[in-house]
Amino acid sequence: MAQQTSVKEPTAEQIAEHQIYKQMGVSDSEYELICSFMGRKPNYTEIGVFSVMWSEHCAYKNSKPLLRRFPTSGPRVLMGPGEGAGIVDIGDNQAVVFKIESHNHPSAVEPYQGAATGVGGIIRDIFSMGARPVAILNSLRFGKLESDRVKYLFEHVVSGIAGYGNCIGIPTVGGEVVFDESYEGNPLVNAMCVGIIDHDKIQRGVARGVGNPVFYVGPPTGRDGIHGATFASVELTEESEANRTAVQVGDPFMEKLVMESCLELIDSGIVLGIQDMGAAGLTCSSAEMASKAGNGLELYLDQVPQREEGMTPYEMMLSESQERMLFVVEPKHEAQAREIFERWGVVCAKVGKVTDDGRLKLIHHDEVVGDMPVKALVDECPIYNKPSQEPAYYQEQAAVDTLRYEEVKDLGGALKKVLGSPSLASKAWVYNQYDYMVRTSTAVRPGSDAAVVTVQGTRKALAMTTDCNGRYVYLDPELGGKIAVSEAARNIVCSGAEPLAITDNLNFGSPEKPEIFWQMEKAVDGMAEACRELDTPVIGGNVSLYNENAKGAIYPTPVVGMVGLIHDTDHITTQSFKAEGDAIYVLGDTRAELGGSEFQAMMHGVSEGRPPELSLDTEKKLLGGVLKAIQSGLVQSAHDVSEGGLAAALAESCISGNIGASVEWATDLRNDVALFSESQSRIVLSVSPDHKNALEKLLQEAGVPFTALGVVGGNKLSININGASALEESVEALKSVWEDAIPCLMN
Amino acid sequence: MRFAVLVFPGSNCDIDCYKAVEETIGQPVDYVWHTATDLSAYDCILVPGGFSYGDYLRCGAISRFAPVMNEVAKAAEEGKYILGICNGFQILTEAGLLPGALRRNDSMKFRCHDTVLKVNNNTTPFTRGYAEGQEIVIPIAHGEGNYYCDEETLQKLRDNRQIVFTYQDNPNGSVADIAGICNERGNVIGMMPHPERAVSSLLGSDDGKAMFTSILQAWRDTHGAANIR
Repeated sequence: MAQQTSVKEPTAEQIAEHQIYKQMGVSDSEYELICSFMGRKPNYTEIGVFSVMWSEHCAYKNSKPLLRRFPTSGPRVLMGPGEGAGIVDIGDNQAVVFKIESHNHPSAVEPYQGAATGVGGIIRDIFSMGARPVAILNSLRFGKLESDRVKYLFEHVVSGIAGYGNCIGIPTVGGEVVFDESYEGNPLVNAMCVGIIDHDKIQRGVARGVGNPVFYVGPPTGRDGIHGATFASVELTEESEANRTAVQVGDPFMEKLVMESCLELIDSGIVLGIQDMGAAGLTCSSAEMASKAGNGLELYLDQVPQREEGMTPYEMMLSESQERMLFVVEPKHEAQAREIFERWGVVCAKVGKVTDDGRLKLIHHDEVVGDMPVKALVDECPIYNKPSQEPAYYQEQAAVDTLRYEEVKDLGGALKKVLGSPSLASKAWVYNQYDYMVRTSTAVRPGSDAAVVTVQGTRKALAMTTDCNGRYVYLDPELGGKIAVSEAARNIVCSGAEPLAITDNLNFGSPEKPEIFWQMEKAVDGMAEACRELDTPVIGGNVSLYNENAKGAIYPTPVVGMVGLIHDTDHITTQSFKAEGDAIYVLGDTRAELGGSEFQAMMHGVSEGRPPELSLDTEKKLLGGVLKAIQSGLVQSAHDVSEGGLAAALAESCISGNIGASVEWATDLRNDVALFSESQSRIVLSVSPDHKNALEKLLQEAGVPFTALGVVGGNKLSININGASALEESVEALKSVWEDAIPCLMN
Repeated sequence: MRFAVLVFPGSNCDIDCYKAVEETIGQPVDYVWHTATDLSAYDCILVPGGFSYGDYLRCGAISRFAPVMNEVAKAAEEGKYILGICNGFQILTEAGLLPGALRRNDSMKFRCHDTVLKVNNNTTPFTRGYAEGQEIVIPIAHGEGNYYCDEETLQKLRDNRQIVFTYQDNPNGSVADIAGICNERGNVIGMMPHPERAVSSLLGSDDGKAMFTSILQAWRDTHGAANIR
């Protein structure tokens, strides 16, 4: 059987002659390079292994020069990029582990499994570090919620995330969902996982100790997901549908067992190195583990548990079957390890040995079927500095006058339209399908600025959020990148937390296009600057390129996943107005900034101009002032002003608090501009009347501009501008528009 | 009073049940593996939520065959307190310890949110701390919580006051708004909502606390104070 299949494999000569490597995404020059590292022409298995190791997904060959621009260290960073996930100290010998990862291409083709396995993969990244996963977030983008195809993708991505997270028992606590035609045909599915670990339990993916056995844990390897990493590194075309076999199938029940057994194994203290089999499966995990230890590895492929008969070495090495792990222990601990997996009913097989020759050697049916230098696989992939060119639209947008439209007079109607936009509307339809409470630590549920999860046995808690406004990044990538980081920080601070660090998911079009590469470059520069200024280093992340379809590239969407530390659960703050008579303030300045706004998109059907300006100095003062006010116990509610401007922010605080507000505001701006401008570095606070003086004093000292807006109370949101009524709507009416928008479109 | 929290492969609310016992009544509690063959040391057995065996088949259909379930049946017979929550409720119905069955939610979707329950029977060992007719906020998180039984069974449930909790706003299509029921004797109870998730106001509600204090109080009344830690 095995022979029959392998007969079909082309020989090394045929691969060269017919340039078969090109089908695997390997270029002519890369092939030449591989031949020189090998000292001969690679066979089919070897070229397959090289092709996935040298794909963008594994080697970051197009993005590495940009990723080097990020600040990645800081006094609290215990582990930066390079391992499964980054780690940040949270005191008391504890640390938080988190990472975000994309599953865009699989989800475009098979939304349920694509999204589900995205969640499964990121969870493995967290527990392979030795951490207990405590929360999942996501960041999703779809086309306009109008066509049947978009609705299908949306519905199945959400149920895939729910299906996996609910079953494994890790709460899905937050995220974002945005609908825009730029994502039509190429949805974005980014999943983030957060875990907690004790410092002394931190693991690394290293194959240490020559002669030590290498173990495979998890379900048998099948033919699913072969070449998934390569699939993720090309543009989606109509033929992509035919690549369904490149999409893996998830089994959250199995992952639950693998997770519990691996955490128990790690807890026993005998593990020398452990890594999950993610993209490029057995290939990537074995090569990386060997590389990090400066060792070699021999794999006995006959010992690899197999789901199907007659699997070839090529298929086994490239399969992306899910829920699998690789670990190394000393021979004397083998029995102890096996006992743990037996009790959990998880397959554990000895599949290899650590060697000292620096080679990845594959043995099948007593024959060496692959023999490759580990260093070449992991470190020698050529890095490309792609040409970059400013697209024509960039300067054109600068000239657009965003105030050229006639003033919108029906401001109540406009507010309803904005609140009813699927991107802004309530996401209860989504998150009510997620178990966001399991593990009983969720102190702030989905729907507020950031989710908050308590740290068991302490008074600490973690705030977490995902953020990115692709419209802003498209219109001005550098500014948009800055805003993405700043808005995430604002959400974290509004929850009462100190921002710690970020993980990023760079979703872009094809880097082969100089205009796209320019977007990447500028966005990274903007993010890096914000990360430096706000002291939130990048501790890990993921790059997803080639997000294009027939109509072109997606909006550049560098999603920021940020985690913050709440020092005392008493500081936990939400966006909802709390009590009749509380005073409302808006912090920061409101300018005429409608470029890329939700108002512009909903009322005028365009997205144009420059996005709102952002001063990192101003932002930093704002964040410091608000955090101090919250920690001093002065604040009842805090809400970031973002999409939909001040009008939407006030409405959201009313709706979530089930209470009205009366606002009196003096401004020089046109009413519609004033209410819907998306000027940055603004936060709406409410405070009890007896804290007004203390708050104002604190803000003055912190150098934060503020405006008293009015009081919480009643059952209407009424806004007077310069003494005249501008808007008056019942909270009930606003709520129903906001709550019903997505269910109405989906039913 | 000693509590057991059963652990099946795929249980995921076991930790939450364990913590709830510790935090609300501070009684000794152990995780007990699905292969256990002796529950004689325990006075109350909690069958937690989760996705036992992945629930790829009908929920609870495989768990009922776990060795520990024979012991649960024995414990029920002996009059010990047994509380099945969510997947635990499904397992108890599959095992025949409670009547009826749980079908897919009528929305065909998993639902997770707070629900308002009415306490219909406050004479059980699990609910004596509530007032009859009291409304309490307890969250649900399930895809298959749509309780079903035939007319005759329903009549029996009503006649024997076995309907312990009902939903104020039925989230899943359950017959007669049923959220939780007990056996005729009243020592075995199953419910879809999660009282163990409602023991701290920081996390949203502490209306579930009284279930745990009720159990302890009931046990004290039958066993005297001598054995209480």
